[in-house]
Amino acid sequence: MIPSIPQNPFLRNAYRAYVGLFFIYLAAPLIVVSVFAFNDSLFPSLPWKGFTWDWFFGDTDPRIGLFHDRSLLNAIGVSVFVAFSVTILSVAVGTTNAFLFEREKFRFRNFAYVLMLTPLVVPGIILGISILIMTNGVANRAYDAFGVEVDLLRPGLPLVVLGQFSFIATITTLVISARLRKFDVELEEAALNLGATRWVAVRTITLPYLAPAMIGAGIVAFLMSFENFNTTLMLVGSDAPLTIALFDRLKEGSTPVLNAISLMLMIVSALLALGAISLQRGKSA
Amino acid sequence: MSRRLGFYLLLAPLVVWLGALLIIPHIELLLTSLQVKVKPRVYEFGFGNYAAFFTEPLYWNTFARTALMSIAATALTLIVGFPISYYIAKLARGRSRAILFVLCLLPFWVSELVRTFGWMILLRETGVVSNTLQWLGLSSGPIEFLYNDAAIMVGLVYTSMLFMVVPLVTTLESLDDSYIEAGYDLGGNGFAVMREIVIPHAMPGIVTGCIVVFMLSLGNYLTPILLGGKDSLWFTEQIYAQFITRFNWEQGSAFGFLLLVLSSLIVWAGLKLTGQTLGQTVGRG
Repeated sequence: MIPSIPQNPFLRNAYRAYVGLFFIYLAAPLIVVSVFAFNDSLFPSLPWKGFTWDWFFGDTDPRIGLFHDRSLLNAIGVSVFVAFSVTILSVAVGTTNAFLFEREKFRFRNFAYVLMLTPLVVPGIILGISILIMTNGVANRAYDAFGVEVDLLRPGLPLVVLGQFSFIATITTLVISARLRKFDVELEEAALNLGATRWVAVRTITLPYLAPAMIGAGIVAFLMSFENFNTTLMLVGSDAPLTIALFDRLKEGSTPVLNAISLMLMIVSALLALGAISLQRGKSA
Repeated sequence: MSRRLGFYLLLAPLVVWLGALLIIPHIELLLTSLQVKVKPRVYEFGFGNYAAFFTEPLYWNTFARTALMSIAATALTLIVGFPISYYIAKLARGRSRAILFVLCLLPFWVSELVRTFGWMILLRETGVVSNTLQWLGLSSGPIEFLYNDAAIMVGLVYTSMLFMVVPLVTTLESLDDSYIEAGYDLGGNGFAVMREIVIPHAMPGIVTGCIVVFMLSLGNYLTPILLGGKDSLWFTEQIYAQFITRFNWEQGSAFGFLLLVLSSLIVWAGLKLTGQTLGQTVGRG
């Protein structure tokens, strides 16, 4: 409470109750998903039939647990591959963009900056279809002109990586730029005075200073890629990343193995998120 | 000389990224939407796809419905989220403030798919809410809460909450407590202080939150499909159907372009209304 302001105790308690209810609302779906991962029933719903680990370790049909479910494990592998590629691309481009916008002065700088932000305000599905149309057009022209089929440009993992990269790069640019802005350029100049070349100065002074932001941006990029659905949906080929595979199963209705995998996802993303948050903290301190 | 070279090396990734994944794809999207099929594999320039949108009631009804529901979801998110943000920014103190804020963020690091799955378990006929009501004796039989507009609304508000709470907390934290105290000292009641001091100060945060939430709701695909069922009539579903099911990319592009125009108009209007720029709103992140 702002201590100097008197408040009616009834209102104050009602307010606290509202905040409490809000957090129950936030937690409820996550709690039920986790709890039903241990329900000894073929469906992720009531009644509660007792506790089981089958949805993690079961290996007999129909009780195939997460660690024996080939297609889900495969989908996790696909997602990790996509997320790694997107992370590396986005952090690399985010870093060069940060240097460009923080260090260089050029015509159209403001225009380029606004353009750099726009992927965040374009709905993900639209990004997906526009990239699909363009790559498909290029592939068709290549086929008509040279008679070669360019598989890279047809729906599939390379397109998924490009689609996700198209907006995640904006986020990494923002995170890394924010840190570079706080950097004291005199440190770099001191290195130059001591005889370092520009590249050596950047590599030994500036990049280590940026490292926490680059790692933080990388974690964010990895999570955003891993969880992306809308853009991926339009660009996916035969190899489905995890979100797409889960979506297909959800539509059909599935066993609590979905809860088991959701619980694992929650634990991993919570750990990564806490890591990213503590990096941010350390940075501002 | 090497300075110029460095500049172009930094510029190149930005140009390739924005050119190949943002500008050209959207030009192709527009051009494709202006192709009208006259015979199989023969296309002509024209506005036929847009005409089809305006003459087929299903299409523009779905479009209008998506827009209205998104506006409602945005308003609801603001109404639910504002008191929470105010509590975190102004009433909670020290550690508890930091903990509440992180608790607010954590659910959103979990995939949207998992969160939606949680709501399905809660709301379905055999789900937790229906069973609780029966157990309490409030209902004599199972109730289906899924597959209606209210379920879509619950899901959209839940999914969007983070994007409202974060900008609100940031702007509210920057409001000095003494202004609020002064408002009371001058004889204002709680309502007057809210209306005259707190809300005007929080306006940039409110607009940022509303823009992002509206855009995300408009472009959402998962929540309406999974919580609203087959008849959810969301516009992104129409786009998906044209692209993937009917393979009518020209019509789908026209739909996509219309959605993009609506979303951009709202972003633009929101920024104009409050005199902000895109850099100030999204760029802060």
